Amino acid sequence: MSDPEQAERELSRRAQLSEPVERLRRMMEIRHTEDLIKGLFAGGLVAGSTHTCQGQEAVSVGIAASVRPSDAVCCTYRGHGHAMALGMAPEQVVGEILGRTTGCVGGIGGSMHLSSRTIGLMPTMAIIGAGIPIAAGVAWAAQLRGSDDVAVSIFGDGTANIGAFHEGLNIAAVWRLPVIFVCENNLYGEYSPLATTTAVKDIAERATSYAMPSAVVDGQDLDAVASAMGVAVDRARSGGGPTLLEMKTYRYSGHSRSDPATYRPEGELDEWLARDPIDIYASRLQRQGVLDVDAVAALRADIEAEVDRAVETAKQGPEPDRSEMFAHVYAS
Amino acid sequence: MAKMRMNKAIAAAIADEMRADESVLLMGEDVGAAEGVFKTSEGLLAEFGPDRVRDTPIAEMGFLGVAVGVAAAGFRPVAEIMFAEFLGVALDQIVTEAAKLRYLSRGTYPVPLVVRASSGPGLGFGAQHSQTLETWFTSTPGLKVVVASGADSAYGLLRAAIRDDDPVVFFEPRALYGDREEVVTDPDRLPLIGKIRTIRSGEQLSVLGLGQTVKLAHAAVEAAGLDADVIDLATVVPWDVEGVLASVQRTGRLATVEANPYTGGWGAIVAAEISTRGFGRLRAPVSRITAPDVPVPYAKNLETEYVPSVDYVARQLSSLVKTDRTPSPWWEETAHV
Repeated sequence: MSDPEQAERELSRRAQLSEPVERLRRMMEIRHTEDLIKGLFAGGLVAGSTHTCQGQEAVSVGIAASVRPSDAVCCTYRGHGHAMALGMAPEQVVGEILGRTTGCVGGIGGSMHLSSRTIGLMPTMAIIGAGIPIAAGVAWAAQLRGSDDVAVSIFGDGTANIGAFHEGLNIAAVWRLPVIFVCENNLYGEYSPLATTTAVKDIAERATSYAMPSAVVDGQDLDAVASAMGVAVDRARSGGGPTLLEMKTYRYSGHSRSDPATYRPEGELDEWLARDPIDIYASRLQRQGVLDVDAVAALRADIEAEVDRAVETAKQGPEPDRSEMFAHVYAS
Repeated sequence: MAKMRMNKAIAAAIADEMRADESVLLMGEDVGAAEGVFKTSEGLLAEFGPDRVRDTPIAEMGFLGVAVGVAAAGFRPVAEIMFAEFLGVALDQIVTEAAKLRYLSRGTYPVPLVVRASSGPGLGFGAQHSQTLETWFTSTPGLKVVVASGADSAYGLLRAAIRDDDPVVFFEPRALYGDREEVVTDPDRLPLIGKIRTIRSGEQLSVLGLGQTVKLAHAAVEAAGLDADVIDLATVVPWDVEGVLASVQRTGRLATVEANPYTGGWGAIVAAEISTRGFGRLRAPVSRITAPDVPVPYAKNLETEYVPSVDYVARQLSSLVKTDRTPSPWWEETAHV
């Protein structure tokens, strides 16, 4: 697929998110792709590590549905779901993880480094906190240009304890930058429960130190995510400065592929599975008469088959030529 | 041409680039209202306003991250780090973010950023404010590393660095801020990053300096009465291998003069490469004249001893030419086999 075709496809996938059914479908797509990615690692097809986001799909899709492609998104290595929500196709994500030329950056990045400027996705970053001041910088650029574009910084609860978080939030507040800081609080920083590393219960409280508006949001409810994002994005676009949003969510998997998550108390996963973001949204659409049970099942079967095919296609992708490692180190 | 001090030349280079290109910004601690603690941004806030000349909190990790972001979004920020040691708390943003974003985005998020930092011993600032730290950055592909050696090279190379589409770490030897010299300000005659500057030519040996050791090396060559090439390396990454080789091809001897500790100094990579590629032409081993492997001491007499002096460098160079052996440094007898 050529670059312009790729770009058009990403933008069209992004535009689809104006439809509630497409939002549901996208969450299902992310879930199934992440499940298959786990399998690819288990099957030894890929090296390194991977950080999947099953359980957090409503945050990804809720954010993507609230910003436009000219806005920038800067997120961490748990970024597959955000990339797909923003418009990247599953085969580009999986191709990248497999290290193939069909990946979003030709296999040069891998699982932790997805990027597409078309949809505003900066290279996802493997360093906790790095993206927070960078997002503030992108927001500063919009402010200097007099544009109403915004930047979104997405990170986990563990990030709230690193210096870059505090320095970045402070500068964003002092300069009134159009940036939305989204903390996906999934209760664990790597293997450690939040309470063992963090003095506050709600990360949103940290905003007080920076005189910044904040909100605690139900991250399992796509509409709640989109609604909170809407308020924060409007504030940023109209010159009202930054916001810290804390999405209460949960990752069904461990931190990375090597983490079986045995540190979780018994029953905790089941409690969160009972509040699954896809089920919550599907039930709502059923109550509203948008879809019936059969239609939801058909939607799921359909998207799962599509993702299965995408993964098979990605597996057939060629490996990059060795000349690729020398490209784009410097401008020339 | 105009005669000016190095700090004024730096302010002039930034001002001239800001006039030429609206996307150029200056940011850092006290660069605006205070005009820089070393007066390297005098007059800039008044001329360009607080949007383009921005005082930041004392938060190098934060404001360098902001610089990376604003650069990735199309601006050309010049971020000032007051003392090079403060780069330590912001290293991630330079070596792991700025240096990698172009690569990881297949060229779609370039980072045309200049990080300026004052550096080097000689002014009594003690162990944590006196280091020459270019070696922190030289093994990170994606970065360029440039060091000014006086007002003229500071002006020209800084303008070239601001125009460069890649992240450049630009060191300004603090001891030279007050140094006055003629500065070429013609924008069509800017020096190229990655090229040596030849200070004088000779036949007996090639003497390579960087930053604050360039004039020192020159003075030492004169004091020793040697007929030598004196060369300013100027760019550590990517360094001008061909330029240095061409000099060594004529002279057959090379000495580096470094204001940094021996181990891991910039001269080590130069010595390795020239010894390899110039082996057939070398009459003597490449000799490195450096500071010892200790933190920079404070006491005036000790700090003076720490930095290679004109007399010491002159003695070492004379010995090299006379014996074709690398002389031992002053702090130890080095055995040769």
